[in-house]
Amino acid sequence: MRAPPSCVEITSNLSWNVAEEELGHRPGDPINIGWMCSDRICQLGLANKLALLWEDYQGNKKQFTYDEVRILSNTIASFLCKLGIRPQERVCLFLDRVPELYIGFLGILKMGAVAQPLFSAFGDESLMVRLADAGTCAILTQKKHLYKVRKIRDLLPNLRHVIVVDAASTSLQQHEIAFAMEGVPPVEHFKVYPTMAESPSVLHYTSGTTGQPKGAQHVHYSIIAQYLTAKWALDLRSDDIYWCNADPGWVTGTSYGIIGPWSNGITQVVLDSGFNAVKWYEFIEEYRVTVWYSAPTAIRLLMKEGGEVAQKHNLSSLRHLASVGEPLNPEAILWSQEVFGRPFHDTFWQTETGCIVISNLPGITIKPGSMGKPFPGITATVLDPKTYEPVNRAGVAGLIALRPGWPSQIRSYWNNPAGFEAKFKNGWYLCGDRASIDRDGYFWFMGRDDDVINTGGHLVGPFEVESALLECPAVAESAAVAKPDPVNMEVVKAFVTLKRGFQPSDDLELDIMNHIRKRLSPLAMPQEIEFVNSLPKTRSGKIVRRILRCKEFNEPVGDLSTIMED
Amino acid sequence: MDEITKVVRDYIIREYVQEGDEQEITETTPLISGGVVDSFSMVSLLRFLEKKFAIHIPDSAATPEAFDSVERIVALVRRFQKAEVGSV
Repeated sequence: MRAPPSCVEITSNLSWNVAEEELGHRPGDPINIGWMCSDRICQLGLANKLALLWEDYQGNKKQFTYDEVRILSNTIASFLCKLGIRPQERVCLFLDRVPELYIGFLGILKMGAVAQPLFSAFGDESLMVRLADAGTCAILTQKKHLYKVRKIRDLLPNLRHVIVVDAASTSLQQHEIAFAMEGVPPVEHFKVYPTMAESPSVLHYTSGTTGQPKGAQHVHYSIIAQYLTAKWALDLRSDDIYWCNADPGWVTGTSYGIIGPWSNGITQVVLDSGFNAVKWYEFIEEYRVTVWYSAPTAIRLLMKEGGEVAQKHNLSSLRHLASVGEPLNPEAILWSQEVFGRPFHDTFWQTETGCIVISNLPGITIKPGSMGKPFPGITATVLDPKTYEPVNRAGVAGLIALRPGWPSQIRSYWNNPAGFEAKFKNGWYLCGDRASIDRDGYFWFMGRDDDVINTGGHLVGPFEVESALLECPAVAESAAVAKPDPVNMEVVKAFVTLKRGFQPSDDLELDIMNHIRKRLSPLAMPQEIEFVNSLPKTRSGKIVRRILRCKEFNEPVGDLSTIMED
Repeated sequence: MDEITKVVRDYIIREYVQEGDEQEITETTPLISGGVVDSFSMVSLLRFLEKKFAIHIPDSAATPEAFDSVERIVALVRRFQKAEVGSV
């Protein structure tokens, strides 16, 4: 008997039609992610299969079958409809990793609205900017985050409903509504809104070099790519117990923390807890996790705690490990091989791609430190930064570029089509990263091609940080740049000039850090603040972050002819 | 409650506990794993401890585990207070 083909063999002949066939989707028919991830799975005979095993840091546990996910997402969808929310309106999920986040995501999609998940650690300014841009009509949140919403409520005329999922003992204000997902009559049957392939589905905000964050507009057809890449790049199989560390406030947490596993009918586990190495290993051991999708920052934190902590636990259930967010350093891969007996498989993609586009597929020979190869069905290359033509020479750096047209590519930036158009050159989509390709076709990440800071796998826009820095009474001018970091790859560093009458001090540094942490988020908080007398500027007065960044990375600063002498 | 514990606990409540959050911070409340202090925020907490108690805590000791409760943070402070005294 011939051995089953390896994943590499299977994917070499890939057409996205494979996913359409497996999901039972015919071009021109309605397609709805919420239905695909719940009702369809039940119709396949998996109604009683566990969809979600959830636990929080206090050890509270819940579990939901696919049928319960179907009914509860119906219940949420029906509730939103009764509020008068209409298809294509934006509904924000501003929740910790509680079950309402995962199931609410499907409910929003089922009634045709657009899900707008936002990281619950965002401060009021970060929240306000994103809700205002999207014209969000409703927000689902928890009482612990309500004070942030209340602070900005008057600035958001489109926000009609604030829905609190755990409001039991909280006194609510006007336009705030209590909604207990499991405390209201369940809705067995709900007529799912017939969204089409190009109907908007999810709005994820991502940071750029200039201006405020941009809303990346996904469509329901994205599930075609998310389903197949979850199955093949993450190697998900019917009997797997899958754990994705990512928060659904970010794209990994929706593409591979909800849509990918649930469209494949997989049982997934969620730990609503901050980092704790022992707790994480106990979690893997208790739930017998088989596939683990994590991030380099988390892996490096585990390395910092030491391999002996891992070896106290039975982690033999682990079958496949993958990583995303930033380049996975060779040491982390070798460590994982030693401690878990298998390597992490690096994957590369971004908010705008919606799915994994370059990866180390199961079965591929891993070259530690490499991003892997393009997922079949994706045409990727590196372009010369001046001509935007493919470099076509092994080992020569260029801009990572993809041929447009894969199913989960975003269709535009919300309210910013010009910003989206600017991402294309010469018929290629530019990812904003630099890499080289070796003779075997492996991609090797070299860094960002812009001023965006990749910290712990999350992109932070310098403009947003600088704007918040200028709110501090002492700050006259500011520049936020990336600084290398052994755990997070990069962290935010701020250069600051002070107004007359203010002096640099440890107290001032701490005050500024805490201001940014509360106003934006812990991710955006500068891990270091350097007080300087002046910032490098062009002759037209524009601050040149490039010089500051190069100094942090010990790189040559290049052409300084346009820089104003101080 | 001794002085160090009080200073650390008060600072965490003032800077990290959100308005309207009913969560009580005791000496053993999980801070990092409980989501009260994000691992990214550890740097500002570290700066506060170093300045307030005139100590230096090396990166290798500033782990999420060591910052996971008021009790553990106090133990860390005491450890490096002794180290500072010993180095004089």
